[in-house]
Amino acid sequence: MSVANYIPNKYDVVVDPSRCRMCGRCEENCSYGVFRKEQDRIVTFPSNCVVCHRCISFCPADAITIRERTATYRHHPHWDEESREDIYNQANTGRVILGGMGNARSYPPIFDRLLLDACQITNPSIDPLREPMETRVYLGKKPATVEITGSGRDVELKTSLSPNLKLETPIMVAHMSYGAVSLAAQKSFAMAAQRLGTYMGTGEGGTHPDLLAYKDNIIVQVASGRFGVSPDYLANSAAIEIKAGQGAKPGIGGHLPGEKVDAEVSRTRMIPVGSDAISPAPHHDIYSIEDLAQLVRALKEATDWKKPVFVKIAAVHNAAAIAAGIARADADGVVIDGFKGGTGAAPKVLRDHVGIPIEAAIASVDAKLRNQGIRNEVSIIASGGFRNSADLTKAIALGADAVYIGTAALIALGCRVCGKCYMGMCPWGIATQTPRLVSRLDPIEGAQKVANLITAWTHELQELMGAAGINSIESLRGNRDRLRGYLLDENILEVLDVKTVGA
Amino acid sequence: MNERTIDVKNLDYRELNRTIREAVAGGVRSITLNNVLGQRFIADGITAKDLSITVNGVPGGDLGAFMDGPSIRVNGNADHAPGNTMTSGTIIIDGDAGDCVGHSMRGGTIMVRGNVGYRVGIHMKQYREQYPKIVIGGYARSFLGEYMAGGIILILGLDATEAIVQDYVGTGIHGGTIYIAGELEDHQLGVAAVRKDFTEDDLQVVTGLITQFNAQFGTDVDPAAITFTKIQPMSARPFSGLYTTER
Repeated sequence: MSVANYIPNKYDVVVDPSRCRMCGRCEENCSYGVFRKEQDRIVTFPSNCVVCHRCISFCPADAITIRERTATYRHHPHWDEESREDIYNQANTGRVILGGMGNARSYPPIFDRLLLDACQITNPSIDPLREPMETRVYLGKKPATVEITGSGRDVELKTSLSPNLKLETPIMVAHMSYGAVSLAAQKSFAMAAQRLGTYMGTGEGGTHPDLLAYKDNIIVQVASGRFGVSPDYLANSAAIEIKAGQGAKPGIGGHLPGEKVDAEVSRTRMIPVGSDAISPAPHHDIYSIEDLAQLVRALKEATDWKKPVFVKIAAVHNAAAIAAGIARADADGVVIDGFKGGTGAAPKVLRDHVGIPIEAAIASVDAKLRNQGIRNEVSIIASGGFRNSADLTKAIALGADAVYIGTAALIALGCRVCGKCYMGMCPWGIATQTPRLVSRLDPIEGAQKVANLITAWTHELQELMGAAGINSIESLRGNRDRLRGYLLDENILEVLDVKTVGA
Repeated sequence: MNERTIDVKNLDYRELNRTIREAVAGGVRSITLNNVLGQRFIADGITAKDLSITVNGVPGGDLGAFMDGPSIRVNGNADHAPGNTMTSGTIIIDGDAGDCVGHSMRGGTIMVRGNVGYRVGIHMKQYREQYPKIVIGGYARSFLGEYMAGGIILILGLDATEAIVQDYVGTGIHGGTIYIAGELEDHQLGVAAVRKDFTEDDLQVVTGLITQFNAQFGTDVDPAAITFTKIQPMSARPFSGLYTTER
């Protein structure tokens, strides 16, 4: 008889008896079964704890402490705890390790080595509170030349323009599918997007009927599983996005386990209840840029060429060349998702080791498109782990037209980045379909929080622009002269096309 | 019935589809397209349930993609992915067709008189009353019914000049049924695909489809004279035992 390799608990969960009022809210709120109320005390099961903070947030007596347990192993610089525990886990199970959220290794963010510029004396800075500060962005093809007829004030545009999306702020909410997240979460995003004049993505799960009221602020996704894709789905949208890849798991497909496919998810995805929703790794009707052009055009034909079509790829080594292909495939935008992008579930090894940083991808894609004279053919939408307004301001200065925020929007809803989204037990009602848990997230409050976050970041973006003497987002985009690299090596400075500090 | 015949020689696909859309909006319910030569996306996204389109010639890829309702008959061969992600309707091809016939189709029927290419019926799926069906008269190449999540594929293998099906049949299948005329070697079965007993109920299903096939193409295929192999998923959760969770 073999004994499984024991992996020590990660956390201590302690209830201070001198403070505890025995109200039982910890037990009621914890969906992982960490607490059990007994006659005169609360018993804890710390091995179940994922540090979601639900108990701490709801304990009226502030009686709960969660501590990381450390110093369990003999220190070894190479065989760190994580390596050893993964081996125990896989020796026990023989299985692939599944993880949630984004890349969990400490690759240094390039954003933290980039500094923004400000004006001093020679060029006046601008106060965005009192002066106009334009953050409106149009996503889609821009004509290379414009032809007009007439003269003076009486002119008419002869060039026919491609459909564009109008954004009042360059911040959109990323694609997170119904199934991966709850309807309450999606409603929060949709309401916030509508209120702020921006957009949210459906992800690959169809559009729930409750979201149709927000269809003019919704970007629908067509991924390799084609879940929920019908003429109505395409029609009820502001734009369409073909998902070819995801930064958290480049090169592989998706897999919504059957237990998450309840009646409502089944209706929206258009598959039977309890069936696995498997998205193949590639789109099997796309094996080349020519094939991609065919799907782009098929989608445009199906919607009478009235909607922009974006193509999303993971930031990989050849992202720039692929983006140039996308620009030539009639697409209106290329979405690049960096290696720190989030996910509900991904094999850990892919999440942590595949892809490239979004900073390098934006810079190289923008440069490639400019060098080929086709930058106007596609907008660049960047995503993948933007943590604050500085990250997204730097992303725009590197060449992005707009950004998607995913994990940050979830955190606004209360997500604590515990990384257990795939368990479907999210106590914050975000990454779960359990009605009791979903009811904890009020979409009206959620929308307010997401809207607050985007509003605050947009204000900060305006402050940063104003400090740099820039009053239009168009003048910030690709303006790498307003960035300097701090302690970045020469190679990466060259890729970013950014000078070093002091230069 | 309000009919219209259009000569589409030298017409590009956008103009062609615009013409179809305008005709449909004007009440036309029967359209004949003559001299079709490689135009893609014909009837793409059209939702008129009572519309019938006759295609004389060879249409390009994505014939009837995303469509919801119309009936299309092709007198000629078709390129790849006819019926791509279609919701409902009928596509009858009196000739051969390329790869990915019925890619991700969710409902409706596709019948091909001749042979088809690779990955036919990939990821077709059923939903409530929607139950997609593909009938192929000749042979189909590798990866038939890959990722199949619902519906029926029937391969008759008539006059087949090569193997009726090749390898990786139903690989990754997690819903639906594949019927193949004749025997299958074990090595031809894909991951998660297993043979099941061909029952009286199956014979009824197959007979119904063959009756339609005969009516469409004037053939006289007799289901009773054929030994069918039935392939279904091992389970609706073929990959459930693959993962352990991060600690």
